[in-house]
Amino acid sequence: MAKIKPRVRVPKSAEVGEIVEIKALISHPMHTGRAKDKAGNVIPRKIINSFKVAFNGAEVFSMNLEPAISANPYVAFPFKATEAGTMDFTWVEDGGAEYTVSKKLKVS
Amino acid sequence: MKHHMQMNAISRRQALALMGAAGLVTATGVPAFADAAAMADKIKAITGGAAVGDGASIMLDLPEIAENGNAVKVAFEIDSPMTADDHVKAVHVFADGNPTPEVASFTFSSASGACGASTRMRLAKTQNIVVLAAMNDGSFQQAQTTVKVTIGGCGG
Repeated sequence: MAKIKPRVRVPKSAEVGEIVEIKALISHPMHTGRAKDKAGNVIPRKIINSFKVAFNGAEVFSMNLEPAISANPYVAFPFKATEAGTMDFTWVEDGGAEYTVSKKLKVS
Repeated sequence: MKHHMQMNAISRRQALALMGAAGLVTATGVPAFADAAAMADKIKAITGGAAVGDGASIMLDLPEIAENGNAVKVAFEIDSPMTADDHVKAVHVFADGNPTPEVASFTFSSASGACGASTRMRLAKTQNIVVLAAMNDGSFQQAQTTVKVTIGGCGG
């Protein structure tokens, strides 16, 4: 299986009050539990089912993902910059495995 | 020998007929896809039967025709001040022709500054997409569109 690798894009800096777009993607096959492999066996469901974003410890955005979300789930969302800090991204896979990334945001 | 081959041909045809019949049974016996009613149930479970606004403040960005159902862009923007007193709490996306109607749900906060998101979804066939927004005051807004799908995205 391909390596599960999260990637995020956060602007390096933003002005106070500026609304910036945050983009996040994780490479993941998002097995729905419906597709079959070459031998005809059903590939069991394994998806990223939740994605959370916290800024300086407080949750600012979250997403629940269903099997209807494409492989390598991608999401873009807005964030209003008010102070400098760290943005923590967490993806949760079926079975409880977590993938995390942190990014710093400068605010001037 | 010739006779033997003919027998083979018949049994193959019979086998195909049997397979066809089996397919029909699965198609009618177990609903393989969600339908509008299943989607309405899911929406009702969220709204609790409350009235849903016409979604004039919701702007959808979806293709009219999706060539590949494996990755269909779904994006929305909702006109809201996103203050602590007046913001969009959550947005739910549904599709009425997929095996399950839920696609994704998003939660926002006043820290978002604006309400919107963009992601990619799988669509099994041509179907309706509903975006349901839950406001912090307990009201709901809903917008709907249809996406035509050329090649479905359910991995066979």
